[in-house]
This record gives sequence, C-alpha cells and structure tokens, in this order.
Amino acid sequence: MDCREIFEGLSEYIDEELADKTCREIESHLKDCDNCRVVVNTLRKTVTLYREVPAPEIPGDVRTRLHAVIRLRGETG
Amino acid sequence: MENTVPTDSQLIAEIRDGSADALEELVSRYESRVYSLAYRMLGNKEDAEDVLQDTFLNVVRSIDGFKSQSSFSTWLYRVAANAALTKLRQKSKREKSEGEFLDEVYSVREATHSESSMVDWSDGPADRLLNEEARQVMEEAITELPEKYRIVFVLRDVEGMPAAEVAKALDLSIPAVKSRLHRARLYLRNRLSHYYTGETV
Repeated sequence: MDCREIFEGLSEYIDEELADKTCREIESHLKDCDNCRVVVNTLRKTVTLYREVPAPEIPGDVRTRLHAVIRLRGETG
Repeated sequence: MENTVPTDSQLIAEIRDGSADALEELVSRYESRVYSLAYRMLGNKEDAEDVLQDTFLNVVRSIDGFKSQSSFSTWLYRVAANAALTKLRQKSKREKSEGEFLDEVYSVREATHSESSMVDWSDGPADRLLNEEARQVMEEAITELPEKYRIVFVLRDVEGMPAAEVAKALDLSIPAVKSRLHRARLYLRNRLSHYYTGETV
C-alpha cells in the first residue's frame, strides 16, 4: 500500500479499529515511510492533546440562571 | 432504607408526574456535559449559555416524547447538538468553507509522498504542547471546522462518545462519523503543526 492508500484509514488505525490484515499493511508501509510516520505520530498526538484539555467548567452564574429558567418553565409549563 | 441514586429513567418518570425536584436533579446531572459541548461548539460563554438553556428547555418540552428504551444521554446529546447547530447558523461564521477545509486536509496526503520531509512535533515537551497559548490555538482551530465536522469531532474526541452513539445522536452512519472525524482530526493536526513548527502541512 502506498501513502495515498493508507491515508483514509489512519484515524481508524490510531483508534485500533482496523482488521488485523489492514493494520499490518499500514505498519509495513510506516516502517519505510518517514512522512507517513510523522502524520500518524502527530495525528495521534493531536487527538491526545484535545482529550487532555480540561473541559470548560460551567460558571456559577450560568448554572444559577439555568436552574431559575428551568424552575420557572416547570411551574408555568 | 438504603439511599440509592435514582436512574435517569426513574427521574424521567418522576418528571412526567410533575416532580420539580427530579427535573432539578436530572439537569444537575447533565448540565456540565451539555455546557462543555456547547462551549466547544460555539467558542464563547454567552452562546454556550444560550445553547445550554435551549437544550434543557427543549428537554422539558419534549420529555413526554422520549422513548424510555433508548438511552437518555444519547437523546440529550441529540437535542444539545441540534441546539448548538441552530445557534451556530445564526452566527457570523469563522468556519472555513468545505472546499477550503478539504483542500487543507488533502494537502497532507500530497505532502506524505513528496520529497520534502515533514516535521514530527509529537514528542515535544508537555509544557510547550499544552501551554495557555497552545490551548488558545486549539480552541480557535475547532471553531474553524465546518459545522458537520465540528460536531462529530467534539462529540467523539472531546466528549469521548463512542462512534456508534455519535452516529445515533446525529442520524449518521458509523462510516460517515468515522470519515468526518478523520478529516476534522487531519485539519486540526495541520493547524497544530503550523503552530508548533511553522510548517504548513
């Protein structure tokens, strides 16, 4: 398989969702292709970094207003 | 009696019987996740708050239509995703056109088999990869994704939902989820590569 052929499957490769055979084909390409290895490493790192960013916390005032709106709606609706 | 935590279905049954406390509890259980999804989709506090309120108001309005055999959280994410997309469509767009977006995504594919070698920044120091400025770049980059890619990326990679749940919440096939996710990741990877190395792909 060449660079173009493995390209579409790289996310599934990272997520370990590919069949063993396809996986091995990709790995054998990666052994010989520096650029594709860079794409895999940096793509994987991109996903990890986004997972590591802490979730934005709900601010106290936003939470208070949400509950007020819902309570009002519950009473009138 | 043992003090057990009520399941979502129990709370929903109580809400249908008019319990304000059950509604309060259900909202408390999910408000953080909905806010986080909304913030990631819209990129600012004010819009995220609107989406949060719209989501739970829609939940209250349509709770009778919710079928108990499906998962409440998937249903809620569907309502939240729709609220976020509706809000996004009212806004002036930062996002790229689909054409520009795909050009950028596929520039990587072309770069892989070109003569010039790409730079691997993946083993850079953590304080460089995830400092305040880098986070800002990451947040901005999400808002450049066309909405149909953005919602898939946020649900799957940021909120950590399984692909099958994302597919259900968005009425998409699993292959469509995976293909959109892959493109979104590639675009974000490009943006981070550019930020960390100055390279364009």
